[in-house]
Amino acid sequence: MSSKRLRLLAWGVVLLLAILLPFFFNSYRVGQFTQAMALAIAVLGLNLLVGYSGQISLGHGAFFALGAYASAISIADLGVPYLLGLPIAGAVCAIAGFALGLPALRLRGLYLALVTLGVAIATPQIIKRADGLTGGTQGMTIEKITAPAWSGLADDQWLYFVTLVVTAVMFVLAAFLVRGRVGRALVAIRDNEIAARTMGVDLARFKTGTFAISAAFAGVGGALFTLPIGFLAPESFPLALSFAFLAAIVVGGLATIAGALFGALFIEFVPVYAADVDEALAGVIYGGVLILFMYLLPGGVMGLVRRISSKKATPRGTDDVQAGADDRPGGDAAGAGSGAARERVRAQ
Amino acid sequence: MDRFIQVLVDGWATGSLYGALAVAVVLIYRATGIVNFAQGELAMFSTFIAWGLMQAGLPLGLALLATLLLSLFGGMLIERIIIRPVEGGEVLTLVIVTLGLYILVNSLAGWIWGFGNRAFPSLFGDGSFDVAGATIPLESLGIVAVLIALVAILFAVFQRTKVGLAMRAVAMNPESSRLHGISVGRTLMIGWGVAALVGALAGALIAPRLFLDVNFMGAVLIYSFAAATLGGFDSPLGALIGGWIVGIAEGLAGTYVDFIGSDLKILVPLTVILVVLLFRPTGLFGSAEVARA
Amino acid sequence: MSLLEVSDLEAGYGPVTVLRGISFSVDEGRIVTVLGPNGAGKTTTLRALSGTVRRSGSIRFDGKDVSKHSPEKLAGKSVAHVPEGRGTFTGLTVEENLRVGAFTRRDKAGVAEDMKRCCEYFPRLEERRTQLAGAMSGGEQQMLAIARAMMLRPRLMLLDEPSLGLAPKLTAELFKILERIAREEGVTMLLVEQNANLVLKFADDAHVLEAGRIVLSGTAKEIQADEGIRRSYLGV
Repeated sequence: MSSKRLRLLAWGVVLLLAILLPFFFNSYRVGQFTQAMALAIAVLGLNLLVGYSGQISLGHGAFFALGAYASAISIADLGVPYLLGLPIAGAVCAIAGFALGLPALRLRGLYLALVTLGVAIATPQIIKRADGLTGGTQGMTIEKITAPAWSGLADDQWLYFVTLVVTAVMFVLAAFLVRGRVGRALVAIRDNEIAARTMGVDLARFKTGTFAISAAFAGVGGALFTLPIGFLAPESFPLALSFAFLAAIVVGGLATIAGALFGALFIEFVPVYAADVDEALAGVIYGGVLILFMYLLPGGVMGLVRRISSKKATPRGTDDVQAGADDRPGGDAAGAGSGAARERVRAQ
Repeated sequence: MDRFIQVLVDGWATGSLYGALAVAVVLIYRATGIVNFAQGELAMFSTFIAWGLMQAGLPLGLALLATLLLSLFGGMLIERIIIRPVEGGEVLTLVIVTLGLYILVNSLAGWIWGFGNRAFPSLFGDGSFDVAGATIPLESLGIVAVLIALVAILFAVFQRTKVGLAMRAVAMNPESSRLHGISVGRTLMIGWGVAALVGALAGALIAPRLFLDVNFMGAVLIYSFAAATLGGFDSPLGALIGGWIVGIAEGLAGTYVDFIGSDLKILVPLTVILVVLLFRPTGLFGSAEVARA
Repeated sequence: MSLLEVSDLEAGYGPVTVLRGISFSVDEGRIVTVLGPNGAGKTTTLRALSGTVRRSGSIRFDGKDVSKHSPEKLAGKSVAHVPEGRGTFTGLTVEENLRVGAFTRRDKAGVAEDMKRCCEYFPRLEERRTQLAGAMSGGEQQMLAIARAMMLRPRLMLLDEPSLGLAPKLTAELFKILERIAREEGVTMLLVEQNANLVLKFADDAHVLEAGRIVLSGTAKEIQADEGIRRSYLGV
């Protein structure tokens, strides 16, 4: 079977499992999986930005928060039906992402990381400050979502399926973006901006566009994330959240679509910003895993999966546009993958 | 007018604290070209060690000395074991490794010492005196004095000693340095060790003001980055002066700009970073190399 | 016994092998040049000797095996490498650059003396002593690179295309200085060069490298005199 068919089959299995899932777990677990899916959408967005277009952002939590509040304000204060809150969140974040993407054009690597770090740190404070809109430290509540009678589902199951549908749509959207001209341009930009420019790629348009789309994804994720809980406060969006997103794309695999799932599962079920006692040990493991992944599995889980599946006879599919050289974050224009990277490091 | 002077004086002292951590950040950047996002957490960890030593009975001075030494070795160890495997690699890899270190050290401290906060004694006691209607705590003067001395010592080391020359050479051109017999690995290790030592000192200076808890260096970090960016990422003197400017700006903005008040003061360092990076990336004292990053 | 003996040296980058097993030797006090077109492996040869690329084969310096020596260790054995691109420390002053050159030495008096001597060979550097190396022209940086190498008091100097980017007049001047250094200071030199014409006039021995193999060896005079060789291998 060709690798493309294999991949579709794998996705089909995943989808099937996802559909069956809520009937086998209690409502608390189902809620967690719902949140994991919402996180996956945000992680996907960040991956578009970092993995594909090579712009480092440590502040993705800010867009997540923006989307969450935009949606919550629409639902609670403007009486918008909760499903409409999603595109509103997406649109608001897209504009914000574009606005941030413009100055980001002038910043490189570390500096962009610094600025976005600052945005992430400032986010809880800004939420508190805008308490007219956001309810400040008191937070905001949204009405609990109930399942419609015709579905025959429990509330948590209904929300799960709504989230599943949205997630699937976003993943398909991302896949289309990445496989087409846009994806190729992004990878070209990431690997060698100068070369990309000479090939006629309009850097500014693609980079700011990616920021906007990536922010929109995060916003939708944020909006979805708060639906099961029904409550949001500045504390829900700490710096750790932005770090968690970054960790998720590293663990899942940069520049991969499927990796977002693994990453999201990782950060949902190894909670850093949860209870006190858990937090400490979980954080140690979390940080340690991040570092180890950079040494051993720079391509994340998906990188490992690819390496294993490529050992079989079928030639590697051109998943996500780049052939194989994505085993290291940021890709490698010379194409020799992690071996060359280690070589370079040793030579230093 | 009184208030203004008080704000200035307080801002100057606070700014020195930001400058202290900024010097550590700049040291590592200068020696290794890496921005260490975990610098604050390492400083926090060292400060906790000092606290622990004092709980065990050591007087403040001795505890601090021991901590400085331990931090020196700790920093060297971290470079050797954690950073070395990814040195010279992609920016993103380094960012993630230092972030992982941030999370790890932060949680490790929480695991060992818990998440509550505790008091930390000042090196300079509680005295103060009045000048022109403003109260100047002895501590503030002490902090500024220590920092100026620190920067002077670092300057002497960088400019006059062989080790300092090696660190500068390695930061500029590691391959050429090797050809001249400089052990790049060893030099980087020393750079990280000294930076950790400076960070520990910064932590001990800052802790008396903000309570000592696992997250006390978190916000300070972004202020320090602003100071380092303003000063030019490879100049310790720039870090200090940048710190002063950021500290005073923060004080003034917090007091006189209503919108900022006391919650949004974090916008000050953010704005500083943005403005500097967009209009003068080399900062006030940085060399042209910095902008290339 | 030669100062430098190389046998079966293979070297390359990652999966790509550039040097396919070369052997040659350099006698003490001689000026030896390795010639060849672009891509033949000239720079790789020097890098293989220094240890900055992966290599296999035997390298003996002064009778001792240095095949596995790191570049730092080799510098400690008095082998100086003036690399491609000159290796200038652009943010350091000329004087500081020279101090880096003397890094492995412990005799302060000797170092001070050598700083003066370097400036006798390169008066232009003396003028620019406290200026930033990065502000100097290509030719001046090349001189600085050689002066820096001299600060090691090397027995063997490896030079990678010293004439690169320099005007012919400057190149001729440079080679004259190099010759003086070799004769007066007793430094053995191994240069790789693309500019065969100029270098053959002042070198003692020459090897021609093509596609990673040595295809021709002899004294510089022989090779320069033979038009056939010059035309087919050196394009002159």
